[in-house]
Amino acid sequence: MEIERIDIYPTHEHRGYKLRPGKPYPFGATIVNGGVNFSVFSKHASYCTLVLFDKGASEPKVEIPFRGMFERPETKEPFWGDFRIGAVYSMVVFDLDPEEIEYGFRMDAPYDSAKKGEPGFHRFDHGNILLDPYAKSIGGREVWGEQPDWNDIYQHRARIVQDDFDWEDDRPLEIPMEDLVIYEAHVRSFTRHESSGVRFPGTFAGLREKIPYLKELGINCLELMPIYEFDEFENSRESPITGETLMNYWGYSTVGFFAPKAGFAAMGKSKDGTMVADELKNLIKELHLNGIEVILDVVFNHTAEGNEFGPTISFRGIDNVTYYMLTPEGYYYNFSGTGNTLNCNNPVVRGIVLDCLRYWASEFHIDGFRFDLAAILGRDQNGAPLPNPPLLEILAHDPILAKCKLIAEAWDAGGLYQVGSFPAYGRWAEWNGKYRDAIRQYLKGDMGLIGEMSQRLQGSPDLYSSRGTTASINFITCHDGFTLYDTVSYNDKHNDANGEGGADGANDNNSWNCGWEGETDDPAINALRKKQIKNAFAMLLTSQGVPMMLMGDEVARTKYGNNNTYCQDNDLNWLDWEKFKKHEDLYRFVRNCIAFRHEHYVLRNRWHLRNEDYVGSGYPDISWHGTTPWQPDWDGTSRLLAFMLCGKHARGGTEVDNYIYVATNMHWEGHEFGLPMLPDGMQWHVFANTGMPSPDDIASPGHEPRLEDQSRFFVGDRSVVILVGK
Amino acid sequence: MEVNVTTQGDVTIVDLSGDIDGRTSPQAQSVISANLSDGVKLLLNMTQVPYMSSAGLRMLLLVYRQIIAKQGKVVLVGLSEDLQDTMAATGFLDHFDTFGTVEDGITHLNA
Repeated sequence: MEIERIDIYPTHEHRGYKLRPGKPYPFGATIVNGGVNFSVFSKHASYCTLVLFDKGASEPKVEIPFRGMFERPETKEPFWGDFRIGAVYSMVVFDLDPEEIEYGFRMDAPYDSAKKGEPGFHRFDHGNILLDPYAKSIGGREVWGEQPDWNDIYQHRARIVQDDFDWEDDRPLEIPMEDLVIYEAHVRSFTRHESSGVRFPGTFAGLREKIPYLKELGINCLELMPIYEFDEFENSRESPITGETLMNYWGYSTVGFFAPKAGFAAMGKSKDGTMVADELKNLIKELHLNGIEVILDVVFNHTAEGNEFGPTISFRGIDNVTYYMLTPEGYYYNFSGTGNTLNCNNPVVRGIVLDCLRYWASEFHIDGFRFDLAAILGRDQNGAPLPNPPLLEILAHDPILAKCKLIAEAWDAGGLYQVGSFPAYGRWAEWNGKYRDAIRQYLKGDMGLIGEMSQRLQGSPDLYSSRGTTASINFITCHDGFTLYDTVSYNDKHNDANGEGGADGANDNNSWNCGWEGETDDPAINALRKKQIKNAFAMLLTSQGVPMMLMGDEVARTKYGNNNTYCQDNDLNWLDWEKFKKHEDLYRFVRNCIAFRHEHYVLRNRWHLRNEDYVGSGYPDISWHGTTPWQPDWDGTSRLLAFMLCGKHARGGTEVDNYIYVATNMHWEGHEFGLPMLPDGMQWHVFANTGMPSPDDIASPGHEPRLEDQSRFFVGDRSVVILVGK
Repeated sequence: MEVNVTTQGDVTIVDLSGDIDGRTSPQAQSVISANLSDGVKLLLNMTQVPYMSSAGLRMLLLVYRQIIAKQGKVVLVGLSEDLQDTMAATGFLDHFDTFGTVEDGITHLNA
């Protein structure tokens, strides 16, 4: 027999709705015995009402003030009430069906409020219905691309979610950082193409159907581009070239930090927020069952509310000066390049960021987070970089986030570039932009890179000496910029389809088209491109640090030279699964390289190599070689570098592994490399040689053929060779 | 929402009819729970259920847990394609054996 709570009886009434003072914590809408607890913060509002809608209704069913005249439920006697503690308005409304309602807030304050387009500190407007910043589900855009009702007075509608998903024994996987192979993907892009063959293309459920593909490829961490609710119609416009609608496709513009993007769920159309959440949780549970972690790409640097001219959705109508960085004149600072900047080091905003990450880690079992334009998280309320940013420190030391991966995109659009110097607190890793740049330059045959390459291949000890290799997320491609195929097929970006006159997107692509700009029938060029892609993967997957690959690079995905497809809901972003048939050899190469990495501890050291022998094997943990063993050519004109990893030094000498030798020749001529001698009884075997056509380009890990001439190896032009000594 | 309970041999058949949502699932659950004995063989006939909300899905999972606790068995019969999709996407389908007809469901329960 359960003992009933004594707070399940109403104390107040308003227009027939039974009420009670609520609890300020947790913020947002929480299902409680007999009703729903609503709680919202505003430091500057003096007036707040709860606005309730029947789901999808154009007009509210009732507005309930948080302070004002109420009636006593028993006697209907009027009396004054105030549901506020500190700067938090909270009340319980009884007898609501959480599935059937949507809610918002209306706020006002006795301040001058700035008009649209004008600078100002407060943007209270009694006419707006405001989305709860803590909304766990948001309606209004629940079916991707379906034209919304622009006359709706409440565009992004907060819904209530049941948080009792049955996870059974699932929990975050806590795979050691050094063992990760990350695959960056966009939920819709992954299965939207008709060739995906899934039941619900472009959704969480569709992605779930493709888990076997990811598992076979061998990745063990899926990094999802933004899945927080965003508005694909933000700044939507017609393409001047194709007439298609250009959208906020990638989703780097958050509407609500706690709600999964309903339009990414097959269940979005049900308008049932709990089902949307369940669908995503079911995906994560299944990924975990298959040994794959989930990292979310989170955007805390700005919101979808834009600049002075932007829409009032939530934050700016609730407490503009708290949530946004403002200039002394009341303009929005624009360190994000998108109109506004979230005021991340305001204590209240720090709180919501922390609450948000805790929610995703605990409620959705998320394994880690990648922070978009994370340098902004280290700026103070006036935009100046902080030496010891409290937000970054809090996240690094938070108990619930203690095992989560924290990865920074360590720069912002305001010119703050912190690769190698991001405040790490022993936790933070970084997208290593310098790795990307160096590998791309080396790949296309630039000179003067041998010294830098030796750093990048070792996990960039020049950048992360005290933090270890796992501070370095090694990547050659990501959603920003060219795909790997385009990196070897285009010298210049071709962004006309984005409708910005081709001016958008980065210009420092460090790419080389192999002799022809774009698609070609020339078999020699196509063969070279494929070899270059294999070279890139061979280097990425034998580098110390944490490799990250971009969705589709394993099957030569192209965006036809567009290096900024943020607005393209079409083949420029969608993965064409037919490519798999055309590039099965490339897929096999990548799969085997990943398997090889998983097989060998010596490729996955947590701490930087020391370039010395400290276990008495007679070999340094890593040694450098040129065409003559033990004599690397550090000359400024060199395009060759080889290294050998000593198996007895794997993981600081705690594991025994094979010896691995990797020769990279980015010269346009082949070179013979003399091989270092192995310890007695060991022989070189050939795992990969990108100079050979498939299937001789790569072996199955563990089944490498023995090398006939143990003293030398001819490495073809622009080729990478990987040998195993065992 | 209507809930009818009949038996066929030692199989308990619950015919559900109407939407199962936040409003109706408590009623369905209380009727079903009242018919769960140890080792129960339960057939939920969903042929007349056009729609289930997340509350409906939760009701089914609760029933499933109760039946497992009583060492019983449960099957779902006559799920519409829509409901199959919903239950598959949200993961609830993983817990249930489903059949097209009452006869097939009974055969499985008696196997």
